[in-house]
Amino acid sequence: MDAGIIIFISFAYVALLFLLAFYGDKREKQGKSLVNNSGIYSLSLAVYCTAWTYYGSVGRAATSGLGFLPIYIGPAIIAPLWWIVLKKIILISKSQRITSIADFISSRYGKSTWLGVIATSIAVLGIIPYISIQLKAISTSFDLLAIGDNNIHPHSELPFFLDSAWYIAIALAIFAILFGTRNLDPNERHGGLIAAIAFESLLKLVAFLSVGIFVTYGLYNGFGDIFEAGMKRPDIARLFTLEEAGINAWEWFWLVLLSMSAVMLLPRQFHVGVVENTQPNHVGKASWLFPLYLLLINIFVLPIAIAGLIQFPNGEFEPDSFVLSLPLVHGKHILALLVGLGGFSAATSMVIVAVIALSIMISNHLVLPLLIRSSSFQEEPRPNLSNRILGIRRISIVIVLLLAYGYFKAVGEQYTLVSVGLISFTAIAQFVPAVFGGIFWKRATKKGAMASLLVGFTVWAFTLPLPTLVEAKMISADFLNNGLFGLELLKPHSLFGIQGSSHIAQAAFWSLLLNTATYFFVSLHTVQSPLEASQADLFVDIYKYRLGGTDYDIMRRRAKMQDIRILLNRFLGEARCNTLLTAFENAQRVDLSQQQAAGPELVNYAETHLAGAIGAASAKVIIGSITKEEPISLEEMFKVLEQTKEIMQYSKALEKKSLELERTTKQLKEANEQLQELDRLKADFITTVTHELRTPITSIKALSKIMLETPELPFEQQQEFLNIVVSESERLTRLINQVLDLEKIQSRQDQWALEPLDLAEVVDHAFSGLKPLMQDRNIRQELLISIRPAIVLGHADRLTQVIVNLVSNAIKFCNEEDGMVILRLKNDGPMAIVEVEDNGRGISDKDQQLIFEKFTQVSDEFRGKPTGSGLGLFITKAIIGRHQGRLSVRSEKEKGATFIVHIPMMHPPVPAARP
Amino acid sequence: MAKDRLYKLLGLFFAAMAIFNFPLLNLFSHSRAVGGVPLLYLYLFLAWGALIFLTMRIVASQDTSKP
Repeated sequence: MDAGIIIFISFAYVALLFLLAFYGDKREKQGKSLVNNSGIYSLSLAVYCTAWTYYGSVGRAATSGLGFLPIYIGPAIIAPLWWIVLKKIILISKSQRITSIADFISSRYGKSTWLGVIATSIAVLGIIPYISIQLKAISTSFDLLAIGDNNIHPHSELPFFLDSAWYIAIALAIFAILFGTRNLDPNERHGGLIAAIAFESLLKLVAFLSVGIFVTYGLYNGFGDIFEAGMKRPDIARLFTLEEAGINAWEWFWLVLLSMSAVMLLPRQFHVGVVENTQPNHVGKASWLFPLYLLLINIFVLPIAIAGLIQFPNGEFEPDSFVLSLPLVHGKHILALLVGLGGFSAATSMVIVAVIALSIMISNHLVLPLLIRSSSFQEEPRPNLSNRILGIRRISIVIVLLLAYGYFKAVGEQYTLVSVGLISFTAIAQFVPAVFGGIFWKRATKKGAMASLLVGFTVWAFTLPLPTLVEAKMISADFLNNGLFGLELLKPHSLFGIQGSSHIAQAAFWSLLLNTATYFFVSLHTVQSPLEASQADLFVDIYKYRLGGTDYDIMRRRAKMQDIRILLNRFLGEARCNTLLTAFENAQRVDLSQQQAAGPELVNYAETHLAGAIGAASAKVIIGSITKEEPISLEEMFKVLEQTKEIMQYSKALEKKSLELERTTKQLKEANEQLQELDRLKADFITTVTHELRTPITSIKALSKIMLETPELPFEQQQEFLNIVVSESERLTRLINQVLDLEKIQSRQDQWALEPLDLAEVVDHAFSGLKPLMQDRNIRQELLISIRPAIVLGHADRLTQVIVNLVSNAIKFCNEEDGMVILRLKNDGPMAIVEVEDNGRGISDKDQQLIFEKFTQVSDEFRGKPTGSGLGLFITKAIIGRHQGRLSVRSEKEKGATFIVHIPMMHPPVPAARP
Repeated sequence: MAKDRLYKLLGLFFAAMAIFNFPLLNLFSHSRAVGGVPLLYLYLFLAWGALIFLTMRIVASQDTSKP
């Protein structure tokens, strides 16, 4: 065919696409979008099928049978999860105005500029080989269509101005520039472009199905026939099983995995699937429509490959071009032209979307960050920056295509389409931990993502593209054969000494293993900045924030209204700026013209829309230059603190309560023990009292009985008996009185009225009452009062009882022949001291501890049990206890005893006026 | 409802992962043919079709239940 006709048809086709795109954009502006349906969305996703699919699959099938299939089975397997994963990514991206895969990664990890740079670099370097094979495919098909043979002019030997691939690269650059950089859309949405892409997807499917039907049903009689023909040739029959076709489980598995990640993360897939998505719910239908598309476009691949191998047994045509050469040699020129057009659309759609996606990344993440930071930019009063950004994008597109052309010239031609494409897939798979970890694992940090990308990229670069440069004779082959630095372990194709049958599987395994391990390890050993943490939260919990509104912003920023306006003007143009601000006014019901300062809502609004135009990281920096950032206002900080305090107080109160409870339990336990002790004492007491009561009653009973039964008892005897009865009765009375006393003192109800009184008077009075008794017994007595008055808070009767008790005891126990009792009242500081001293036998140390107990009496070997109930001292002690005083004894055997009473005084003591 | 669909889709994914990988593929990777068509080719494309059909069924079930 004439080259002129082919070129003309190609241009006519491109013009048709432009018309379509133009119409699409027009509809978009009218709000009647052409692309807002899941069918178009699924077709746009089919930009996944490039010249690689179109020409390369057949080539691959011709050498390794069904080995071409994992690249399409992977997406089919992951598609059911789109409803979960892809939808989440879309929702996040819509809420954050994400413009590219690099933007997504950068945003997730705290809008990091550096992460954006790294991700963009990986994407650009990773995709260049991929674009280069599209150039190769287009130029090869052009050569074939125009000249009819593909082996005459190796492109690498042609000067570029004679090379069809060069002109194709130029044409594609113009095409992409016209499609993708006409205006700067804050949402990075190109409805017209998507309409054109969807059309191209439809065309390539129809064209491929046409050639498939032509081969299968035109040249042969259906699938059975073509396969049976193949079976007859052993070299073809081997393609029908995996082992003989040279496919192993390891490689198959990794190809499936790589394609799963590629279908979502390749820059162009992310662009059509996420950035250009109009409705998150379209994902549902696309998750089966898109696999269906893949199934249809693959179903004839193997039959075409078999037919090609049978028809060209001597390798007249490269298997990569069977799709075209089969109709050509059978004289079906119109079909061949349609097929060529289909291949052209497959390649162009990929290149256009890929370079547009890459140019967005380059301008937003490589150039703008530099530009914004340069001082000239900050001083320059440029009214509109959007043209500048579009300029940057146009230049990026040209550079990317030139690089791709360069790679094609240097390397691309020596490899099949598929093997080069897989290099790109492996590069893009390095995003997997950062992206999927990022949307499900909050703990992942910026440093973790950076380290993971760098490690993965390094391993990828070393194991895949570097060796291809060796074969292109651009660098020495030394490291390929002997390993890096001569280390056997660092041979690119058998890294760490492990030999693998497939370079791709090896590279994918090592790069992803090290990449993922680094991601988790570094994330677990680093901490997030507040912005990172809030972004992580927004990404992982996107559903929560969608339901709960968007009042979640850690950045409470304020800026001048004027600054915001200038900024939006500069980057988005005046018209768009006004539209946006009006939309904001309507949504928030505010009048911005009345406001001097822009609140945090408007600042965030401006940032997200700027992010749509220039990427999140750049938008953050730009907005940061005009805002005063109050990470959180003082008031809010207080609110947070208050809440924290409340919680802490609550927990403290709980703690206190539980302590109290513990203490109460302890007290209860003690009280219980005391009660038991008291109970025991009471029982003892009763036993003792009844015993004490029985003794006198027994003697009274016995004596009375004797007198009753013996009337002849002599009078003296009767007298004596009656005396005993009387004294025993008195003893009984005394005992009962004392028991009652004790009861009164001990019972709590008996609240004595304590009043100020002069202890000296009490002592005087009590002592004088006992004087006659002592004189009767010839006891020397002495009363020494050294303070007067000695005012204490007390009960006069009870205190008298104390003195009487103590003095009576002294009288009772003093020396029989030469008795002596001394009573002293003095003071020791604020305490009044009453001492009662006798010169009796004294009290042993052991007895000193017992005498204050109930019913203890110091028995004497010589004198026997003394008279008395044994309650006296006990009662005395109890009374003194009631006066906050204490009773003690000081004694030595045979040297008498001194009882000492301490009672607190009310006033400082005054020296006694009289003795 | 939503949870059900989630588990169904996850289950489908794991089933597909097994069906389209070794060692299951080995079962079909021999030179037998059904109606002239190699068994492996038939298996892969039929399973693929089934996967698409099931995905469609599960996803469609939510479309009707949506408010």
